[in-house]
Amino acid sequence: MVAFIIRRLIAAVLLLLIVTFVTFSIFFLVPRLAGASAEDLASRYVGRTAGEEQIHEVAEKLGFSDPFPVQYGRFVKGLVAGADYSTGPTTEYCPAPCFGYSFVTYNPVFPELLDRLPVTLSLALGAAVLWLLAGVGTGVISAVRKGSFFDRAAMTIALAGVSLPVFFTGLLSLSIFSYKLGWTAPGGSYTPLQENPAAWAYDLLLPWITLAFLYAALYARLTRAGMLETMHEDYIRSARAKGLRERTVVLKHGLRSTLTPILTIFGLDLGLLLGEAVLTESTFSLPGIGKYAVDAILTNDLPKVLGVTLVAAFFIIIANLVVDVLYAVVDPRVRLA
Amino acid sequence: MSTHREGQPRLAGPAVDAATVVGPPPSTFLEVRDLRVHFPTADGMVKAVDGLSFRLERGRTLGIVGESGSGKSVTSLSIMGLHDSANVRLAGEIWLDGEDLLGLTPERVRALRGKKMAMIFQDPLSAMHPLYTVGQQVIEAYRIHNDVSRSVARKHAIEMLSRVGIPQPASRVDDYPHQFSGGMRQRAMIAMALSCDPDLLIADEPTTALDVTVQAQILDLIRDLQSEFNSAVIIITHDLGVVAELAEDILVMYAGRGAEYAAAENIFRRPEHPYTWGLLGSMPRLDRAGGQRLIPIPGTPPSLIHVPPGCAFHPRCPYEELTEGAARTDVPQMLESMPGHRVACHLPTSTRRRIWQDEVAPRIAGEGQEVS
Amino acid sequence: MKRRPGAITAAAGTTLVLTLALAACGGGDDETSTGGGGSVAEYNAGVGKIFNPSDVKGGTLRMANAGDWDSLDPADNYYGYEWTFNRFYTRQLVTWAAAPGADSLKLVPDLAESLGQASADAKTWTYKLRKGIKFEDGTPVTSKDVKYGVERSLDKDVFVNGPTYFNDFLDLQGYKSPYKDPSPDKLGLKAIETPDDQTIIFHLIKPFGGFDYFAQLAATTPVPRAKDTGIKYKEHVVATGPYMFESNQLGKRFVLVRNPNWDQSTDPIRKPMLDRIEVALNVNAEDIDNRLLSGDLDMDVVGTGLQPATQGRVLGNPDLKKNADSASQLRLWYTSVNPDVAPLDNIHCRKAILYATDHTGYQNAWGGPAGGDIATNMLPPQIPGAQKFDLYNFESKPAGDLDSAKKELADCGQPNGFATNMSYRAERPKEKATAESLQQALAKAGIKLTLKPYPQGDYFSLYAGKPDYAKKNGLGLMTNGWGADWPDGFGFISQITDSRTIRASGGNYNLSVKLPEVDKLLDDAQQQTDNAAREKIWPQVDRKVMENALVLPGVWAKTLLYRPPNLTNVYVHDGLGGYYDYVSIGVKK
Repeated sequence: MVAFIIRRLIAAVLLLLIVTFVTFSIFFLVPRLAGASAEDLASRYVGRTAGEEQIHEVAEKLGFSDPFPVQYGRFVKGLVAGADYSTGPTTEYCPAPCFGYSFVTYNPVFPELLDRLPVTLSLALGAAVLWLLAGVGTGVISAVRKGSFFDRAAMTIALAGVSLPVFFTGLLSLSIFSYKLGWTAPGGSYTPLQENPAAWAYDLLLPWITLAFLYAALYARLTRAGMLETMHEDYIRSARAKGLRERTVVLKHGLRSTLTPILTIFGLDLGLLLGEAVLTESTFSLPGIGKYAVDAILTNDLPKVLGVTLVAAFFIIIANLVVDVLYAVVDPRVRLA
Repeated sequence: MSTHREGQPRLAGPAVDAATVVGPPPSTFLEVRDLRVHFPTADGMVKAVDGLSFRLERGRTLGIVGESGSGKSVTSLSIMGLHDSANVRLAGEIWLDGEDLLGLTPERVRALRGKKMAMIFQDPLSAMHPLYTVGQQVIEAYRIHNDVSRSVARKHAIEMLSRVGIPQPASRVDDYPHQFSGGMRQRAMIAMALSCDPDLLIADEPTTALDVTVQAQILDLIRDLQSEFNSAVIIITHDLGVVAELAEDILVMYAGRGAEYAAAENIFRRPEHPYTWGLLGSMPRLDRAGGQRLIPIPGTPPSLIHVPPGCAFHPRCPYEELTEGAARTDVPQMLESMPGHRVACHLPTSTRRRIWQDEVAPRIAGEGQEVS
Repeated sequence: MKRRPGAITAAAGTTLVLTLALAACGGGDDETSTGGGGSVAEYNAGVGKIFNPSDVKGGTLRMANAGDWDSLDPADNYYGYEWTFNRFYTRQLVTWAAAPGADSLKLVPDLAESLGQASADAKTWTYKLRKGIKFEDGTPVTSKDVKYGVERSLDKDVFVNGPTYFNDFLDLQGYKSPYKDPSPDKLGLKAIETPDDQTIIFHLIKPFGGFDYFAQLAATTPVPRAKDTGIKYKEHVVATGPYMFESNQLGKRFVLVRNPNWDQSTDPIRKPMLDRIEVALNVNAEDIDNRLLSGDLDMDVVGTGLQPATQGRVLGNPDLKKNADSASQLRLWYTSVNPDVAPLDNIHCRKAILYATDHTGYQNAWGGPAGGDIATNMLPPQIPGAQKFDLYNFESKPAGDLDSAKKELADCGQPNGFATNMSYRAERPKEKATAESLQQALAKAGIKLTLKPYPQGDYFSLYAGKPDYAKKNGLGLMTNGWGADWPDGFGFISQITDSRTIRASGGNYNLSVKLPEVDKLLDDAQQQTDNAAREKIWPQVDRKVMENALVLPGVWAKTLLYRPPNLTNVYVHDGLGGYYDYVSIGVKK
């Protein structure tokens, strides 16, 4: 098992490098393939009345005039060993891992990422707990009461949850619950956990519920389907033959098997979500990584995009790794010697 | 909170002449009286069991034999109360040690399951939960009916594993089902079923999924445990060889009804039902003369939705004409032809015996087969 | 051109907010208490007059921005709302009067005692600073601090966003930046002299009569060299205005509080009422509107007005409409008519287009009358000296003058019309609607348009703004828009009509005007120090361009601003470009 994990971690590092390479290439190659020069690229990042000389200087400063390997090499070196940046009057040292400075705001990217990470983590993890409980719970009850009013109502609501976009439900909820009724916090509220746990939870309540609604719907349907299948297995009949209470049969024997694939999907979902709870963050104006990513992309801000891509890729890779390891833990038939 | 509703409602409706009045409790340990199990489906009512009766005493073994679809497994599930009450219609009585199981509350039946009556299934790999250890599952079976601590239950589990012949039980108790070989797995399932000393053990095709060499061991085990615990055992199988080993009495089922019931010896030496003859004839035997062909039963098993009228076997019975049409219209009842030997057939007993002696036995028997 | 953030978020939000508007509860805060201040809330109560005048001090103003500042550093910002907000915490040599209507178009001395003294040739300008002005830490402000502020704004390497007027007009003699300045005090720029702590003298490379307009630029904000951290200075800009920074979380929010070292006796312009200003950044645009209407937010700082769907809701509901102001933005939305692309090299073919245009359709593309007034010529009416004239019957035939169009087509040898391409910015639904309206209207005259969308990020640098590309791809018509950096003919019309600003490398805003007579008029204006005489020249430029049909004016832009009724001293400031003058606002307790 340990060897397995080590191998996967090494592969992860390689994968991250490849991801940055590809992202870099897209930024570098695609405009050039369309015939853009270094100055054309730089003209995006200057003021409106910039002269040719200024554009040229900015192209130099941002490194567009250098060949691709040099640019990429500079980036990797920054990641590993840090880099020096001029602030005007002085030079500043950006310690490793240095993701560079935003092309647009010239703020260092890595500290900004670190600053925004807890927000995304809070949002994702809190919603995850909610949606697991609500989704799996609903799915189990639906499966066990298949065809009942609860089942049909739950699956219909689940369909709505899966179909309605988060920015719609989010803005609507804000409008009703925060502004009209005043029950929940207005958009843009975020208190760090260590500052005030109660305020942190209160601020995130509506975003959690909105985000969880979507996923709970998915997981309810998944769980229901899984349970329906599992409950026809032979070992369920054996469990009943032993004289177990029906509740024990359903939860301890039935749900246990159903959960295995659901947990692995959960791990993957969470990994993806940590990289980009974009829509929810944008709707509720939460200063997380997702929003950061959107701004970066809209403004063609390569260092920010690289930073977010790396963070997102990192989480996805880790999530995959955890899920693989977890699967072996959770299903003994899959264990590696 | 269950789709599987516990308890089984009695049949209602004129379609079946159900006994709405329950008879007096019998003196035997297990008595099934006129059991009917029907499943309503989109294509029609499936009459899986349609008027079955038999008895079983403690300490004795009954073998129930028949083709797929004869109703043998359904019968055992009915005894255990494992049908999903939403989809089944039951009638008749099942008396176990003075209680009519079909008349009890689901809660009461559940209390009996695992404790008074236990069941082992055909495929131990799929019948045991893959994600819990064997030990956990045996312990669970024990602690449902016995209020003991986990460590006591664990000791008991190790004991059970040892009793069923699993080597190194103290370490194997923490292994998962997939880590056992087929035979060991079946032993583990037997351990699970017997952990509460049930008075009735139902073994549904216990050896079908196993190698031949292992089969014998399992059957030996069952016999040993039976004598040790003095349990009543029902062995369900389509394999006559298995019942020959183990059963004292044999019930042959066809199309949801009993065809013949007798001591095992008599089933083999003096069978009286044409279907039984067919079964014996189609069974490969070592003592048959080499080169002789097997005698299959012509035709195919009947649909349980459209059971042939009269005797269900009549379309495939070579001697059907001899009943002068009775087989086509009247359902034969299980009648005693000899003490302890009941047959459901319209042919007169003398005719049956003659046919057996003169026609069927010579074909089936090989050298050394005693024909009396 | 002063930038205004585009309509990206508006585009994204339209449909869903429409649904929201239908589904969600209508109506915002209904407090129309008229006690303690005077004014009754009504539509346009802040246009040309002050809504709710009051002397009551105190309170917190809660503002939000759907995006983020270019930079809080005055050397590095260029949006109109940023310049308006600058008035909270910075002062310049001169600035706009804090008054509504026509008074807002007047420049008044701020750091300086009076407006600039010009030399005869308009190449040298002198200002004398008031005494007693201090930075937030109590150190006195001197002319050297103003010089340093201008010097650092020249460094377009470090500060890329700001305007380049000083770069273009000062006699730099090769000076690059104080960060590359060999002199020990970093004041090596000879073009600015500071003979003593109160006097500052600017030497220009070419004459410019309107230098006071340069003097009001954010670049003349004094910066203490000891505290200058270059690109990091924006983290804490040292205040000279009535407020200073209490906290600044980049990209998230910042808070301003009263600056104890700002002295009202040195500042006859500002009358700060508030105790505290809180600004949240990167807030969802629809959410901002919802919060404004529900009373959870006081001001949308970006000042481009309500999102389109909210606009509809507010205009349709009298209880909400009374809190709205329709503000003119000093901006023209128009279409360039490109003489490089045949047959538009012929003036009559160009005139045909101007005649055939459906002007009401153009206006509707921009939201109808709430979006702006139909423009008959280029200069927005607020610009001092602007004259309105109508050479092509825009007003008498708002749906288009087909007869005249057909006549012009005959004159240019295309009696059955012709075909050409029209470009617009893909992410801007209003420009798309403009293109479609023109396509329909011109088709009636036989002029067939093929519409070509381009990404807005590169529209001027690579496509429409690159002469070779436009010519090669037959872009005869190109949507365009221009807002003046300040309400003056130079700021408005020179950048888009001066042929010498056209660069082959792209990035142009003047996409069609190459008239030597216009260039000469612009030069004359620059030299003219007499304001009245200068003001007469701009409409001549306007008329020349219109006579040559090189520009098809669309609308003089307006926007719908929301004015929560709990605010005091709210008025639209034309000089700043149609924003509320934030520094004057107060809150009712």
